Amino acid sequence: MRLRTFPKGGVHPSENKISAGETIQVLPIPSRVQLHLGQHLGAPAVPVVSKGDRVRVGSRIAEGKSFISAHLHSSVSGTVAKIDDVIDASGYRRPAVVIDVDGDEWEADIDRSPELIREIKVDAETIVERIKAAGVVGLGGACFPTHVKYIFPEGKRADTVIINAVECEPYLTSDHRLMLERADEILVGVQILMRAARVESAIIGIEANKPDAIEIMSRKARSLPGIEVIPLKVQYPQGAEKQLIKALLNREVPSGRLPLDVGCVVNNVGTALAVYEAVQKNKPLVERVVTFTGRHLPATGNFLVRLGVPAADMAAHLGIELDEETAKVISGGPMMGKAIAGLDVPVTKGTSGIVLLSESHARRHQVQNCIRCSRCITVCPMGLEPWLLEKMAQLDRFEECESAGAADCIECGSCSYTCPSSRPLLDFIRYGKVNVMRIRAARRQK
Amino acid sequence: MSRNLVLSLSPHDKGGENVQKIMWGVVIALSPALLASFYYFGWNAMRVVLLGMVFCMGTEYLVQTFMIKQKSTFMDGSAAVTGLLLSFNVPASIPWWQLLVGSVVAIGIAKMAFGGLGKNPFNPALVGRAFMLASFPVHMTSWPKPLENAWSFGVDAVTAATPLGKLSEGGVAALPELGSLDLYKDLLLGRVGGCIGETAAIAILIGGVYMLFRGIITWHIPLIYLASLAATTGIFWMLDPGKYADPLFHVLAGGAMLGAWFMATDMVTSPMTSGGQVIFALGGGVICGLIRLFGAYPEGCSYSILIMNAFVPLIDRAFPPRRFGREVKHG
Repeated sequence: MRLRTFPKGGVHPSENKISAGETIQVLPIPSRVQLHLGQHLGAPAVPVVSKGDRVRVGSRIAEGKSFISAHLHSSVSGTVAKIDDVIDASGYRRPAVVIDVDGDEWEADIDRSPELIREIKVDAETIVERIKAAGVVGLGGACFPTHVKYIFPEGKRADTVIINAVECEPYLTSDHRLMLERADEILVGVQILMRAARVESAIIGIEANKPDAIEIMSRKARSLPGIEVIPLKVQYPQGAEKQLIKALLNREVPSGRLPLDVGCVVNNVGTALAVYEAVQKNKPLVERVVTFTGRHLPATGNFLVRLGVPAADMAAHLGIELDEETAKVISGGPMMGKAIAGLDVPVTKGTSGIVLLSESHARRHQVQNCIRCSRCITVCPMGLEPWLLEKMAQLDRFEECESAGAADCIECGSCSYTCPSSRPLLDFIRYGKVNVMRIRAARRQK
Repeated sequence: MSRNLVLSLSPHDKGGENVQKIMWGVVIALSPALLASFYYFGWNAMRVVLLGMVFCMGTEYLVQTFMIKQKSTFMDGSAAVTGLLLSFNVPASIPWWQLLVGSVVAIGIAKMAFGGLGKNPFNPALVGRAFMLASFPVHMTSWPKPLENAWSFGVDAVTAATPLGKLSEGGVAALPELGSLDLYKDLLLGRVGGCIGETAAIAILIGGVYMLFRGIITWHIPLIYLASLAATTGIFWMLDPGKYADPLFHVLAGGAMLGAWFMATDMVTSPMTSGGQVIFALGGGVICGLIRLFGAYPEGCSYSILIMNAFVPLIDRAFPPRRFGREVKHG
């Protein structure tokens, strides 16, 4: 059978799924955690604790007050040491709640038993309430507050929930491990999301480089009506939601619109697990699975990490030191992740992995003239002309950036990845895109 | 912290392709035709190809080092490709100084004056050839006979008209072998007069297929160019086979194969989308056919490509790629 994929563009970087065989380990809790208030898309959460307050695991420490925002819960028990600016993965100082750890005492109403609860007793509204209360956001990396996706605007209806288990980024294996180790809970989570979206069908899309995950998920989903597992051809950026919907359902989300406009709600497979825990176990999002990996490392791993724990703890656990061999550290995957200045940054809701690159992979190549080879056009999954956008952005011609579709760019990086002249295409497209958004905002003001 | 880490924006991974690999890939693709040219034209072919490459790379080096004062990129393979293609487009008997003039025009004027690699609107080798044809019409149109005196020194080469030349001079009557299998075999294998690298159609085809598989070119330009040339010449052949040569002859004769596979596909001077490439190649094939049938020159391949080069910016704007989510109904 020919595997489905999205029809236009994309690249296939070396997969490097080195840590795929490493069972998820629970990372020990450190003596102090730092929980950033803005670990989701939208307005940062507003602290509801102050210095000296006692908190337990799962205590709400900050609230999302705007429509697009998310609550934040303590990932440890202990005392609030301070609320202060702490360097996050983007390199900026941003407000965070710093907690000194004392034991591991959980909020009493959280069900910590390993027992699988299949029966879903609550209705759609309650599900959305509980997802919101638990501070669940998209765990694929974009961190969009999950409950917001299930508050449909007037007149909008969905027919399919899509579970993104593609994990198309090289190196990352956290979603892969979750499917192997926690398939039952994930599938209950999918059923919960189906009820929340009021749909009868869900599709789980998994790339063909995870045959064991496809096997286990298909087998377990067989007895569940409406849930289908579809293997996909390995092709980056299949995990981008517009490309995933196109690959699975051949529906095309119109420019500037959302998946709901074509009847879909898309959630990451890790999010499905978080939803299960939120709804069935009353457990807020206080921990996530993070891959720690690199080609030159003696050991790699997948860890269940409490939020706010420094990434350095994973390195220490693996016995890895940041020595001369490591030249770059990435939070996230190598295609869309952010380079960070060190391992001190705390793990957030969006940290899917920490990837270490050696000198030979860390640096960009010498930039040469564009030779009009048109590879950037061929690989752009959005049908844009990256070379043109680069040129227009360099000249500050933002009107032309807009008409050439800069706002459609999903920043997958396929153009820069593929450019034989090593041109910084995406750097300039981002610059153009930011300015297009600024111009659009100004236009709306008028 | 033990060291300063590299910080840069995503993506942090890079594909394996680069300009050098692409350009030297084209050189590899040209090597079957190169070997064929050595076989047919001997020392002279070696002399011209070597000089052509040295002149082109040398011009690039000198212009960059002494006029623009920048680090020279003459080894990136693109000047080597231009040198090879320019040599392929001249007769084996060309005097060295004419080739030098052609090389300086190709690299100095057609390429470096426009900003160097990637900035030139016209194919440099073709500009060089056109300049040479206009300046040195006699030497540029006397063709050594293949395999005659190829490996002997100091003997004047025996010259022979090219098949297209005969056709242009005396019409179909001047080419009595038209329609016989031997002629097509000769054209395919290169046992005819002509420019150094254009005669052996089969050798060019091998190189072209290599570039297809290597992902350097796509099928659009070469196949549509040749199909369009065949269609244009075919219409007239069907109307009056006694006056016009058949389309297969036109595809195999002269520079059509070399032009379609190696000159029209030059990525710098051809459109970037497949739609645009189709239009570009269609136009090129028609122009080449019309020049051959009704023009003053026996061969029109290089001019057809140069003319279409001029349309590339317009074609690029007229045939953008299909944008995701733009042509669907807003739900």
